[in-house]
Amino acid sequence: MSNSPLSILRFRIIFIIAWIVMVADNAMVLNFFGLPWKAAIIDSAISNTLLLLACLLVMNTLRYYLPRGKQYINIFSICLFLTIIWLLLAKLLLRISLNHYPGYADLLHHSLSIRFSIAFLLLGCVTMISILWYNQQEQKEMNERKIDAEKLAKEAELFKLRQQLQPHFLFNSLNSINALIGSRPEEARKMVQQLSDFLRGTIKKEETQWVTFQEELQYLQLYLDIEKVRFGNRLATEIEVDENIKQLKLPALILQPIVENAIKFGLYDTTGNTVIRLFATKEGDNLVIKVLNPFDPETSSPKQGTGFGLKSVQRRLYLLFARTDLLTTHGKENIFTTIVKIPQVQ
Amino acid sequence: MSKVIIIDDEPLARSIVTEYLQKHPNLVLMQECGDGFEGLKAIQQHQPGLIFLDIQMPKITGFEMLELIEQPPSVIFTTAFDEYAIKAFEAHAVDYLLKPFDQHRFDKAIAKWAEQKTNTTEKATQDLLESASLSPSQSQRIVVKNGSKIKIIPVHDVQYLEAADDYVKIHTQEGYFLKNKTMTHFEQSLDSQQFVRSHRSYIVNVQHITRIDPL
Repeated sequence: MSNSPLSILRFRIIFIIAWIVMVADNAMVLNFFGLPWKAAIIDSAISNTLLLLACLLVMNTLRYYLPRGKQYINIFSICLFLTIIWLLLAKLLLRISLNHYPGYADLLHHSLSIRFSIAFLLLGCVTMISILWYNQQEQKEMNERKIDAEKLAKEAELFKLRQQLQPHFLFNSLNSINALIGSRPEEARKMVQQLSDFLRGTIKKEETQWVTFQEELQYLQLYLDIEKVRFGNRLATEIEVDENIKQLKLPALILQPIVENAIKFGLYDTTGNTVIRLFATKEGDNLVIKVLNPFDPETSSPKQGTGFGLKSVQRRLYLLFARTDLLTTHGKENIFTTIVKIPQVQ
Repeated sequence: MSKVIIIDDEPLARSIVTEYLQKHPNLVLMQECGDGFEGLKAIQQHQPGLIFLDIQMPKITGFEMLELIEQPPSVIFTTAFDEYAIKAFEAHAVDYLLKPFDQHRFDKAIAKWAEQKTNTTEKATQDLLESASLSPSQSQRIVVKNGSKIKIIPVHDVQYLEAADDYVKIHTQEGYFLKNKTMTHFEQSLDSQQFVRSHRSYIVNVQHITRIDPL
């Protein structure tokens, strides 16, 4: 249910002032045509109070029943009908209360048409304004609902993206631990610890939460340590980050899928050793992170390059910043580069 | 006595199989391989009776490697998680080990293999490969053997396919490659938006059409 415009104090005051002005104005006009001040004020007060009631009636009715589309005829008829009722009632009341003034009956009779016109115009205006008000009100509510629904959908989507923690990674890590238990139990224990810390980090963090680059790098390191146990000396990493940009912020868990993609791409596409490199700089207001991995242009189709991992990062960046240009990739001379820009908004 | 080869890209994953194999003195481990290329060479060299094969590996997958072998040996697949592969295994009752697995589960797989060894499993392997190649990741490229070399052709590089007896000629800019498959197989596994079977013996990549002449 929309609120009436009169539910706002400011509008109520304006409405009352307008009524007082109307009463005064009307009385002055009547006095000008020869009616004594007292009679003029009584006349004006009675007719304008009735008009006020009619206005309130229209406002309240429209609150429950809003004409749709092109029902202008309805609006027009309602106004006309109300004006006629108002005129009959006003005429009756005025006769009863003011007929003893000499010449009043005559004045009333002659002024009926002008009273009717003014009242009709005024009521029409109030009706139109009310309709506009309620329509706007309805639009606003609809927008709010829409925004709420979008927000819910966005949260659900972000949650889903987060849930797609690669089961492949998890089971392979468990398999590595299984192998280590027999031969190197100390290392198995260490890897269990690393895997737990990594999983805890995934669960703990909210998708919308911002963390410092430093934190994200620590989390990434956990992931890399596990991958290095899995792939042995086939995987090496180089991370070059200036100390002074470690306090910049980025959305939690955005870096790991990018590096994961680079590792998969690099390790699954080349049979030799793979070096994954990560550089980060600050360019303008952006934190720019570049991840480089080797690839074989002969065997990898470009489609594979933007696997699920990068797609979900792209989607997240879009949901967070409403931009699609923050994640870019290009391959040149056996090196595939993924560049992600994080705007520093605060 | 049976010869065994392990093909898996993770060293620790190979070591666990090696460890479990110690309980089976009748199985002799010939070689451990880190990718499909190595695996292919080792299989040709040793002619093993059984291989342990991972699916996701560098360059070519376990399935793609098997496709390149004329008479594939018995296979026990070892995989961590692969929806399509598992579906294919279940459909064709091929034994597979889901990582991580323990000695008990491993022994069971060996026992099952020892039982079935006498029956030919080649047909089952062929059927398995057929259904595995329908998975989206596999339908992005075609792996062929070109002499002793292995060639990976991304599907968008394929111009058209031509039937040639028991083979299919895959035409690319660099010439054609032969693959021991049927036209029906390619018609099913390739993206029908991109590849159209215009004739009984031809499948055309619509992106490579330059001209259409009316008859």
